[in-house]
Amino acid sequence: MIRERYLNMMVLALLVLVPAYAVLMDEPFTITLASRAVIFALAGVGLNLALGQGGLVSFGHAAYFGMGGYAMGILASHAQNYEPLMEVPFVIEGTNSMPVIWLVAIVASALLALLIGALSLRTTGVYFIMVTLAFGQMFYYFTISWPAYGGEDGLSIYVRNQFPGLNTLDPIQFYGICFVLLLAVLYGVNRLNKSPFGLALNGAHQNEERALTVGINVYRLRLVAFVISGAITGLAGALFADLNRFVSPTMFSWGVSGEIMIFIILGGVARLFGPVVGAAVYIMLEHFLGGLSEYWFIYLGVILLFVVLFAKGGIIGGLSKKETRHAG
Amino acid sequence: MPDSILSVRNIEKSFGALKASDGISLDLVAGEIHALIGPNGAGKSTLIKQIAGGLKPDSGSVAFMGRDVTAKSTAQRARLGLGRTFQISALAMQYSVLENAVLGAVGQSGSVFQFFRPAMKDPALLARARRALDRVGLQDHEDIITSELSHGQRRQLEVAVALTLEPKAFLMDEPMAGMGAEGSRELTTFLQELKHEAPILLVEHDMDAVFACADRISVLVYGQIIATGSVDEIRSNPQVRVAYLGEEEPV
Amino acid sequence: MTTILLIEQVLNGLQFGVMLFLMAAGLTLIFGVMGLINLAHGSLYMIGAFAAAAVAAWTGNFLLALMASLIVAAIAGAIIELTVIRRLYDRDHLDQVLATFALILIFSEATRWVFGSFPLFLNIPDALKGTIILPGGIEYSLYRLTIILIGLAVAVGLFLLISKTRVGMRIRAGENDREMIGALGVDISVLYTMVFALGAALAGLSGALVGAIQSVEVGMGEPVLILAFVVIVIGGIGSIKGALAGAILVGLTDTLGRTMLPVIFGTFMEASSATTVGSALASMLIYILMAGVLLFKPTGLFGKA
Repeated sequence: MIRERYLNMMVLALLVLVPAYAVLMDEPFTITLASRAVIFALAGVGLNLALGQGGLVSFGHAAYFGMGGYAMGILASHAQNYEPLMEVPFVIEGTNSMPVIWLVAIVASALLALLIGALSLRTTGVYFIMVTLAFGQMFYYFTISWPAYGGEDGLSIYVRNQFPGLNTLDPIQFYGICFVLLLAVLYGVNRLNKSPFGLALNGAHQNEERALTVGINVYRLRLVAFVISGAITGLAGALFADLNRFVSPTMFSWGVSGEIMIFIILGGVARLFGPVVGAAVYIMLEHFLGGLSEYWFIYLGVILLFVVLFAKGGIIGGLSKKETRHAG
Repeated sequence: MPDSILSVRNIEKSFGALKASDGISLDLVAGEIHALIGPNGAGKSTLIKQIAGGLKPDSGSVAFMGRDVTAKSTAQRARLGLGRTFQISALAMQYSVLENAVLGAVGQSGSVFQFFRPAMKDPALLARARRALDRVGLQDHEDIITSELSHGQRRQLEVAVALTLEPKAFLMDEPMAGMGAEGSRELTTFLQELKHEAPILLVEHDMDAVFACADRISVLVYGQIIATGSVDEIRSNPQVRVAYLGEEEPV
Repeated sequence: MTTILLIEQVLNGLQFGVMLFLMAAGLTLIFGVMGLINLAHGSLYMIGAFAAAAVAAWTGNFLLALMASLIVAAIAGAIIELTVIRRLYDRDHLDQVLATFALILIFSEATRWVFGSFPLFLNIPDALKGTIILPGGIEYSLYRLTIILIGLAVAVGLFLLISKTRVGMRIRAGENDREMIGALGVDISVLYTMVFALGAALAGLSGALVGAIQSVEVGMGEPVLILAFVVIVIGGIGSIKGALAGAILVGLTDTLGRTMLPVIFGTFMEASSATTVGSALASMLIYILMAGVLLFKPTGLFGKA
């Protein structure tokens, strides 16, 4: 049994060493895979805040992933077409700047999470799961039927967005951006988990009545957690769109919501690095099993089933000593 | 009523055809332990929920510390100083004893939206939590995980968490449940000290304990309070004897 | 929009609604009795459709195909209940969601592997092709009318089953207190398998019936599943009555919304924008309806509060 902290450090080391190795061996595809893993990890870290800490089983987090992606897609496409988004009452131009796009993606996803959360958190249990799933789908169908940004076919962005001082087309530099963002978010989420907010959120998850009777407004608490969670996943969506230089309604689909959950479960729910390990494992499975058979989802399904039924703690849970409570 | 910390007036609550609360009025005054007894199905838990905030009465009012709290939520009433313990311990089972107490302190502080300081290193929260744990005698068990505590210890922890609120009144739901004779006696002594800080309204089935520690008793039958009075008054009340203390006993 | 067209759309909405009801009824029964949320219900819908298409292609007989859909779906349901679902009753909802999601992955890919990626065709039987004249002189697709009637018949059958039979009594008792009926000696595990298989059969039937008007393909079940969830949220979980009311409401809202919203927008917008805006809004309409119900009755119209 290894202490969770050491496991986390090992994961971080791998995330530095593998891409470094790939640079040395001149394998840009591996770096792209690593970027994909890191972006998925980020999406998972977002969901894990709501799901793992808060116990909020949101099966519609793709809504925020998609929102972040489309924030990027809309801003970048207007920039590349040299058309402003809006001229009345004031001019809003498109942009190619990553920091600006990230900011917009975060704010847009946060607002969406506020709206959906405010409605969904009025329900509990299965209702909550179904409602979040339904709202995710709503955006999927809406985006398909709204032709302005490609509709069902999606939207291609020809030029990768820019980050001051870096050549973002270089795979390792783009990876570096994603990795640093992931680190920053992990740090923030770790602080959050240990703070009074995190203590209360997880406490309310374990026993809602107790939280209420010590004077905590659980609804508001959960709503804030949900908003932060959506914002993080939204950032991941923007990065994903940039990686692929493509956004499509699929980013909103329930399948993506399910995938994000899979990362968390494989790695370990409520473990800080759970989504990171899970995303990495998923990418590897996708790459290797996917290479073996085009029906690799069957294997993924079986693995997932196995993990859920028999290996609940995920990989980190299986390897580490401590019972999962809260990351602290 | 002077000194009335908690005032319940004419509470009515129906569930379909079932009248769970039928015009209930009672007071909790400073310095007392007020026991609420009654046969099963009398409507005790419905009443407690309406006082604590989880259930809204159809009509009537609840006042706490002179303020009308009928429309206020559970969390709001807790912040005003209404402490609560549960028959089946409501604790975060995976947290340690100290963590549960700190949770209480967090709630009391009113500032749950602190995102960056570690809660378990905050001196103010820790001090408040430890004070409460000291009062109930759990100070040496800080790091034990709640699910590993004995039943009696969980009871103590419940009280400690309620204490972190610096409550003005306590609502206790069957605090003696599952405690042996020794445990009941200790708890009774503890409650008798506690009542001077904050009066206690308790629901209880253990009649020995009730007679030993209560200052006043209210008897709830079919949603109505049929008698309120001192231990002796209730003991000798014929209606109560029939309704509750034993229907086999001839009146 | 003529009255005839409107009535036709209302009937289409009813038809959509009763098919949703078949899905929602199974889901809500399974949740009410076993406390389990089952995402694999869409797969059972798909399995029923594929079974029907395969049997219809083989025998040319639609009735046999329908029976096949019921039987195959029921058996598939029983099998997954016995192997996987049983282990989930005591687990939390997250586990149930993930495990049944895993089942979706397995079933979808397995079906794709066996039948390929192209849709199968299930044809409306000759006897039911064409239209029928309804009172009022309205011409309506005979097949769709049959679907409505079958759906309503199933609804009546379910109500009778639940309220009049011993099995139904056990189901209702099970909904109220799972531990209790076990203690009373009712063989819970058999009851659970039966309820699950019943839900599966309903889903399979729905898939087969709809498969003849739309296509039979992998992934056809999940959109319907999600709609069924919307129905349950609106109607209230655990309530068959709620499932019927919710399903009809959703079916009508969606169908009428899609036809009428572009027209309504067309009265004050130019045609192409009206269609765009109208269809986009129509695709969101039932979710907006769900959101509305959530605001006022978070446990659904007929749900237990």
